[in-house]
Amino acid sequence: MSEPKIPLKDRMKIDRQMMPEQDATQRAGNFLEVNLGFTEQIALMEAQRCIQCKEPKCMQGCPVMVNIPRFLEFIVEGDLPSAARSLFGDNALPAITGRVCPQEVQCEVQCVRGVKGKPVAIGYLERFVADWARAHEGTVTLTPRPPTGKKIAIVGGGPAGLTAAGELLKLGHEITIYEALHKPGGVLVYGIPEFRLPKQIVEEEVERLIEAGVKIENNVVIGRTYTLPELMESFDAVFLANGAGLPVFMNIRGENYKGVYSANEYLTRVNLMEAYAEGADTPVLRSKRVAVVGGGNVAMDAVRTAKRLGAERAMIVYRRTLAEMPARIEEVHHALAEGVDFETLIAPLEVIGDEKKWVSGLRCERMELGEPDASGRRSPKPIPNSEFILDCDAVVVAIGTRANPLLTATCPDLKLNKWGNIETDENGMTSIPGIFAGGDIVRGAATVILAMGDGKRSAKAIDDWLMKTTGR
Amino acid sequence: MHTIVAKSQLSPNVTRLDVEARRISEIRHPGQFVIVRRGDGAERIPLTIADADPEKGTIALVIQAVGKSTRELVALEPGDFIKDISGPLGHPTEMITSGRAMCVGGGVGTAVVHPMAQGLQRLGVEVISVIGGRSKEWVIFEEELGKLGKVVVCTDDGSYGRKGFVTDAAREILDAGGVDVVYAVGPVPMMRAIANLTRPYGVHTIVSLNPVMVDGTGMCGGCRVDVGGATRFACVDGPEFDGHLVDFDLLADRLGTYREFEEKAVHACDAGNCRIGLEHGQKPTSHTP
Ligand SMILES: Cc1cc2nc3c(=O)[nH]c(=O)nc-3n(C[C@H](O)[C@H](O)[C@H](O)COP(=O)(O)OP(=O)(O)OC[C@H]3O[C@@H](n4cnc5c(N)ncnc54)[C@H](O)[C@@H]3O)c2cc1C
Ligand SMILES: Cc1cc2nc3c(=O)[nH]c(=O)nc-3n(C[C@H](O)[C@H](O)[C@H](O)COP(=O)(O)OP(=O)(O)OC[C@H]3O[C@@H](n4cnc5c(N)ncnc54)[C@H](O)[C@@H]3O)c2cc1C
Ligand code: SF4
Ligand code: SF4
Ligand code: FES
Repeated sequence: MSEPKIPLKDRMKIDRQMMPEQDATQRAGNFLEVNLGFTEQIALMEAQRCIQCKEPKCMQGCPVMVNIPRFLEFIVEGDLPSAARSLFGDNALPAITGRVCPQEVQCEVQCVRGVKGKPVAIGYLERFVADWARAHEGTVTLTPRPPTGKKIAIVGGGPAGLTAAGELLKLGHEITIYEALHKPGGVLVYGIPEFRLPKQIVEEEVERLIEAGVKIENNVVIGRTYTLPELMESFDAVFLANGAGLPVFMNIRGENYKGVYSANEYLTRVNLMEAYAEGADTPVLRSKRVAVVGGGNVAMDAVRTAKRLGAERAMIVYRRTLAEMPARIEEVHHALAEGVDFETLIAPLEVIGDEKKWVSGLRCERMELGEPDASGRRSPKPIPNSEFILDCDAVVVAIGTRANPLLTATCPDLKLNKWGNIETDENGMTSIPGIFAGGDIVRGAATVILAMGDGKRSAKAIDDWLMKTTGR
Repeated sequence: MHTIVAKSQLSPNVTRLDVEARRISEIRHPGQFVIVRRGDGAERIPLTIADADPEKGTIALVIQAVGKSTRELVALEPGDFIKDISGPLGHPTEMITSGRAMCVGGGVGTAVVHPMAQGLQRLGVEVISVIGGRSKEWVIFEEELGKLGKVVVCTDDGSYGRKGFVTDAAREILDAGGVDVVYAVGPVPMMRAIANLTRPYGVHTIVSLNPVMVDGTGMCGGCRVDVGGATRFACVDGPEFDGHLVDFDLLADRLGTYREFEEKAVHACDAGNCRIGLEHGQKPTSHTP
């Protein structure tokens, strides 16, 4: 790109633009998206804040190396079709990552404008361009290369699987995605709530893949409906992207009382099964005082969902402080604004139940932060004799997920690590030649963009491997 | 899309649907189930694969209409579709390969016991079935089980077979000796009673648990049950467990989680949408307490 048209010193004068959002009290009572999106005018202002670094640090922070200054400069030039083509060339699902990436620890944390002020709002601009492209059909198209005659099976329709499908299709292969649920999207449809990521966006992405020729078979559980060895017989290569969907419980007393949910169950009922809608077939408890245990994105999603389902008190129960919470900063701010209570420095010991075995409280103890541990985080220590009972009528456990053994247990040849995640080489190939894996099933619970990055890298590796082993 | 190819009424509120599901019909084993979602917006509910015809590519679902989702399913007619069926899920029944097995079925549980008995008989095991219902018209699968071995029918009111509960007949058979294993499926109180009955005899007893499920793949944890003091997910670790180790109180209790909600849904059904010929206001019979 040539010299930027707008002089640097003018660019430096612009302040970071704010994301227009739904009013906090209003949104705490509905499931509509919180962030409303930049207007073209705001986007232009914000894009001008980028000083077009020769060696853009921001790109280093992005797991898929989106060429950030390039698409930003197209915005400045008013050439949105080129901005979209540039962005989609690097990132298959920018309408999704623009909304859910933890930008503050990835691209934006590296932006030089952040040194003496606020970084460029890369995520918001990514979302802006992606949404513009969604509204202008035909801007970005998926054109496959001539067919290679190679068939590839993808297990799991989450971000890793969908990304790999798109990339492999472009390379001319025939793709079938097998998805266990009745709808593809993975955590994007069953976990992340509508108010953060409208389901329609995911549906559009899936539609685009289907139109381009990807076959998606829902309701197929690999390991049950078909085994992995069976897939290997009918396909030239397999990509495993079945995620880390096994909920972890606290293993404390009372955890099976009525009113105790895993975050997965709570969110699945509300999102995938649409239990938030009046008259929905699938029920969810509309509790008054909901304690959500955990401090990550999943906990924030669960607690804000509880608020929207009508909880008078929606509480985060976390053993460290706000500063240590692993959730995206924006979600924590949104939760605070919506009236979520943060009960920090406490740890649950037991779920208390009433005579009918409904949750009636959570026995907790107070914690204090000790010295930083190996990971640099200050580890919590219990304060002696500090027990108390937190009044609540529902508990949502959001302390993490692990690899689901359903599939891996049926294929003992597949090498796993000690946590049950699939081991791969640097190309994403597992211990079985021709079977690749990526996303949360390899990394453990991670992020959307890392899963997509794995999908993209594995697609390339699968293509190389097919070429090497079978020729074209 | 799965077409319904046949439908029959087995008892006043139990209906059999034969549904196209080729792959599942070919590979299913006794004890396994499917998750069914009738159409857009419907609930995902677990149903046992009661029988299968791999040649026709169909599976049999035997459904007791207890609430909104099951009522809507049994309202479907041949030619109608079920949108989503996933499976076969869960572990196949743990089978003995010789000796004598007693299969106890209560109510719709009899339909779940049937494929187990079928599998056992094929392996050369002698099967004796004890099945029960409220009265004559509520007894199901007598003929099918009769093809596999001896059948003892019990009715609460004595209108057919012997009067009394399945536990009474089961006790006599245990006393006579020679039972190597017991399979029991039915309402929670029945399974509990059978497990309590067989315990002093030291006869291994397998029960099939029916907690509320959502995904059926181990993802939500909603189906958790307590077996021998450990939490297990019935959809992936079960649905069959050692009856002597199951905490039936917890199971019965957790099944009541959505009772209020269900009553409302059934009311809405009664208000005019009910298409299955239940009289308005008639309470569906539940097979749980
Ligand atoms: C509530 C919640 C909020 C989150 N928020 C964020 C966020 O804000 N930002 C962010 O970057 N990340 C977030 N994450 C993490 C992120 O969603 C995951 O890292 C990402 O979705 C992983 O992608 P994946 O494709 O590997 O797996 P998944 O998204 O888990 O998809 C796996 C798919 O495989 C299917 N499957 C599983 N087993 C089988 C089988 N045997 N056969 C067939 N199909 C199978 C599943 O049904 C699922 O559809 C969040 C996670 C959760 C749970
Ligand atoms: C592995 C498994 C296999 C099953 N196989 C069969 C089968 O072959 N045939 C069959 O008719 N049913 C079977 N069930 C039970 C069936 O799934 C439920 O009856 C159904 O989900 C109820 O849905 P509903 O909306 O019609 O009723 P709801 O409105 O949800 O419930 C109505 C009444 O039924 C009770 N109930 C709710 N869920 C269950 C449940 N899972 N089990 C028992 N009672 C429940 C409620 O407490 C309530 O009293 C099985 C369950 C499991 C877990
Ligand atoms: S994909 Fe995520 S990390 Fe990369 S530039 Fe976009 S928002 Fe930033
Ligand atoms: S680091 Fe910041 S200013 Fe530099 S190119 Fe990237 S977004 Fe622009
Ligand atoms: S039904 Fe969700 S884990 Fe068993």
